[in-house]
Amino acid sequence: MQLTEKHLEYWSKNLRITGILLFIWFVVTFVIGYYARELNFSFFGWPFSFYMGAQGSLIIYVLIIWFYARYMNNLDKAYDVHEGEED
Amino acid sequence: MAGPAEPSNIFTAGSQKAFTSQLKKVYTWYTGGFIAFVIFLAIAEQMGMSRQWIGYIFLLATVGLYAGIGVMSRTSDAAEYYVAGRRVPALFNGMATGADWMSAASFIGMAGTLYLTGYNGLAFILGWTGGYVLVALFLAPYLRKFGQFTIPDFLGARYGGHIPRSIGILAAILCSFTYVVAQIYGVGIITTRLTGVEFIYGIFLGIGGILVCSFLGGMRAVTWTQVAQYIILIIAYMIPVVWLSIKHTGIPLPQFVYGKVLEKVTAREEQLIKDPKELEVRGIFKARADAASAGLKGLPGSFDTGRKALSDAVEKAKADNNADAQANAEKALAAFPKDATVAKALWTKDAGLAARAGPPLRHAEAFPGKDDTARDVSRRNFLALVFCLMIGTAALPHILMRYYTTPSVREARSSVFWSLFFIFLLYFTAPALAVLVKFDVYTLLVGSEFAKLPQWVASWTRVDPSLLSIVDVNKDGIVQLAEIAIGGDIVVLATPEIGGLPYVISGLVAAGGLAAALSTADGLLLTIANALSHDFYYKMLDPNAPTARRVMISKLLLLVVAVMAALVAAQKPADILFLVSAAFSLAAAAFFPALVCGIFWKRANKWGATLGMAAGLGITFYYMATTQPWLRSVFGVTSPIADNIWWGIQPISAGLWGVPLGFLVIIVVSLLTPAPDRETQELVEHVRYPNLTGDTLDTRGT
Repeated sequence: MQLTEKHLEYWSKNLRITGILLFIWFVVTFVIGYYARELNFSFFGWPFSFYMGAQGSLIIYVLIIWFYARYMNNLDKAYDVHEGEED
Repeated sequence: MAGPAEPSNIFTAGSQKAFTSQLKKVYTWYTGGFIAFVIFLAIAEQMGMSRQWIGYIFLLATVGLYAGIGVMSRTSDAAEYYVAGRRVPALFNGMATGADWMSAASFIGMAGTLYLTGYNGLAFILGWTGGYVLVALFLAPYLRKFGQFTIPDFLGARYGGHIPRSIGILAAILCSFTYVVAQIYGVGIITTRLTGVEFIYGIFLGIGGILVCSFLGGMRAVTWTQVAQYIILIIAYMIPVVWLSIKHTGIPLPQFVYGKVLEKVTAREEQLIKDPKELEVRGIFKARADAASAGLKGLPGSFDTGRKALSDAVEKAKADNNADAQANAEKALAAFPKDATVAKALWTKDAGLAARAGPPLRHAEAFPGKDDTARDVSRRNFLALVFCLMIGTAALPHILMRYYTTPSVREARSSVFWSLFFIFLLYFTAPALAVLVKFDVYTLLVGSEFAKLPQWVASWTRVDPSLLSIVDVNKDGIVQLAEIAIGGDIVVLATPEIGGLPYVISGLVAAGGLAAALSTADGLLLTIANALSHDFYYKMLDPNAPTARRVMISKLLLLVVAVMAALVAAQKPADILFLVSAAFSLAAAAFFPALVCGIFWKRANKWGATLGMAAGLGITFYYMATTQPWLRSVFGVTSPIADNIWWGIQPISAGLWGVPLGFLVIIVVSLLTPAPDRETQELVEHVRYPNLTGDTLDTRGT
C-alpha cells in the first residue's frame, strides 16, 4: 500500500504538534525545575517554583493533553483518516 | 457485542451512545446512593453506633458492592475478558485509569511525603502526572489502533519472533508483581485499622475482595469496579481537606487558598528555627546522639569504661554519704546497657537521633543543602527522579493496557485527558492538605501544654506510636516542634480528627484508602495473569488453544498469582517501598524506548529492540543492585557504595541510565542490522493512521 502526499503531510503535522507540546512539557518540568531556587518570587502567596511543582505544571499537563486530543481529532477529519462514527 | 451466553444487565447495552448515557445514569445514582449511605451512618453514629460497627459496615458494604459489580460483569468471551469488549467510553475509562493508577501510596502516603520532605516531595506529584503527557503523545492512540490485548502483544507483532515478547513478559511481571505485593500489604494494614482484625486475616479478606472483582469478569469487571472505586476514593479524599480548609481559612477551596497558609507556615518556620526552647531540645538530641556515636566508635572498650565510670560514681557517692547522689548514680547504672550487644543496639538507635537535632526543614525551599555542592546533588536527584517517574508512568503495562479498552483512537486520546483530569483532582489537592496539616501542627500543637494536648493527638499516640509520638524532652511542660516524631501516613489518616469531624469520616477515609489499594491490585493482577496466559501460553506455547480454555487458564493464573502475592505480603517485607519505586525505573528502561521507537521509527528492528530492552533493563538493575543496601545484601555486593554511585544519583532513579542506553542500543544495533521487512513497515503505517484507505491490515485481537 502506498501512502499519498496527504498522508505524509498528516504525519508530519502530527510530528510537529507532538514536538511543540513536548517542548512545553520539557520547559515546564525540567527548565523551571532546574531554576527552582532562583524562581522563588511570590506568586499569589506561593513561591513561584513551589506553585509550579505543586499545581501549575499539573494544570499545564492537563491542558497539553486536552489540546492534543482536540487538535488530532480535527486533523483526522481534515485529512480524511478519521474512523467511522461508532455504532 | 456480548455473546449469547452473556448475562444481560447494566453493563451490556445496544448502541455506544445509549450505553454511555446509561452508564452516566447508573453512576450518578450510585454516587447519590453512596453519599446517602454515609449520611445514614453519620446519623447512626450520633444515635450511639460504636466505632467498631461503623468500621465493619464500611468494609462489608464497599467490598460487597465491588463483588456485586464483579458478579454482574462475569464473562468468558475473550474480548470482554481481556479488554472489556472495547466499548468503555473515554470518561469512564479515565475514572477507571485514575483508580487503577492511584495506589494506597498515592492516597495515604503522598500528602505525608509532602509534609515530611516539602518541595523535594513534589517530584512525585510532577512525575506521576507529567508522565501522562508522554502516554498521550507517544503511546495511547497508537496502541489503541494496534488493538490487541497486552503490551507484549505489541512488541511481539512489531519486532517479530518470541524474544522481544519474552523480555516484555519478564519485565511486565517483574514490575507488576512487586507493585501488587505492596498493594496487598496496604490492604492488610487498612483492614486491620478499620476493623481490628489481625493483619494476616486482613490480607486474605483483601485478596477475597480483589478476586471477586477480577476473577469472574476480567477486564470488564475490573473496569466497572474501578469506576465505582474512583468515586469512593475521591469523595473520601476531598471531604476532610475541604473541612480543614474551612477551619483555617474560612474558604472551602483548599487548592486555591493555601498559598496564604503557606506564607504563615514559612513565617512560623523562621521563628521555630531560632526559638531558644527549640534549640534547647535539639541540643539535647545532639548531645545524646554524639555520646552514642562516640560509644559506638569505641566498642567494645567504651562499654567497659562507660560502665566503670558509672559504678565508680556510685562508690564515690557512697563514700561521701550523699544519699541523693547515690540514688541518681544507681539509677544511671541500672539504665546502662547490660552487655556490649545491648549497648550497640541502643547506641545505634540513639545515634539516629542526630536526624532530630537539625533545624526543621523549610517547606517551600527547593533543594535545601548545607553548601552549593549539596544543593546541586539534591537538584540533580530531584530532576532524575521526576524523569524516571514520568517515563515509568508511560511504561507501566497495567496503565497502557487500559487504552486498549476504548471504542476508537479518538476516544483513546480523550481518555488520556480524562485519566489525567481525574488523577489531577487528587494530586492537586495533596500539597494543600500537607500545608494545612503542617499549619495546624506548627501553630496549634507546638506551644500547647502537655496537660492539654488536642484530642486527636492523644488518641493517635495511643493507637500507633510509630505514627505520632510526643515526649517532653526538656521537661518544660510545653510541646516543642523538635519533640514531635511524626510518621507520614498520619497526615491523611488523622485529618478528619484534626478537623474535628465525626468518626464516620475517618471510616470513609479508610474505605477510600481500601478502594485505592484494591483497584490498583486488580489492574496489576490482571496484567500478570494476562502476560502468563495470553502472551506466554496462548501466543508462545499453544496458538491453537480455544477461547474458552484461554480465558479459563487466565482465571486460574489470576488465583495463583493473587495467593502468591498475598503470601509474600504476609512476610511484611521490609523494603517494600523501595521495590515499588524501583518498578518505575525498571518499567521505564524496559518498555519505553522499544515502544516509542516501534511507533516513531520504522527502521527499528528486532535485534535493536531485543538488545535495547535487555541493555536498559540490565544497567538499571545493575545500578540498583550495587547501590541499594537491601539489594546489595541480597546479591552479596561488598564494594563501598560510594564507588558504585555515578554522579551522585540515588538507586531509585536508576532509570536515568537505563532509558538513554536503551534508546542508544536500539538505534545503533538497528542501523547495523538489516531493516525490518515490508510487512512490519506496513504495520507501523497502520498504527500511525486511525483509518487508512487501502490498508488491508487488521491487527485487532480476537
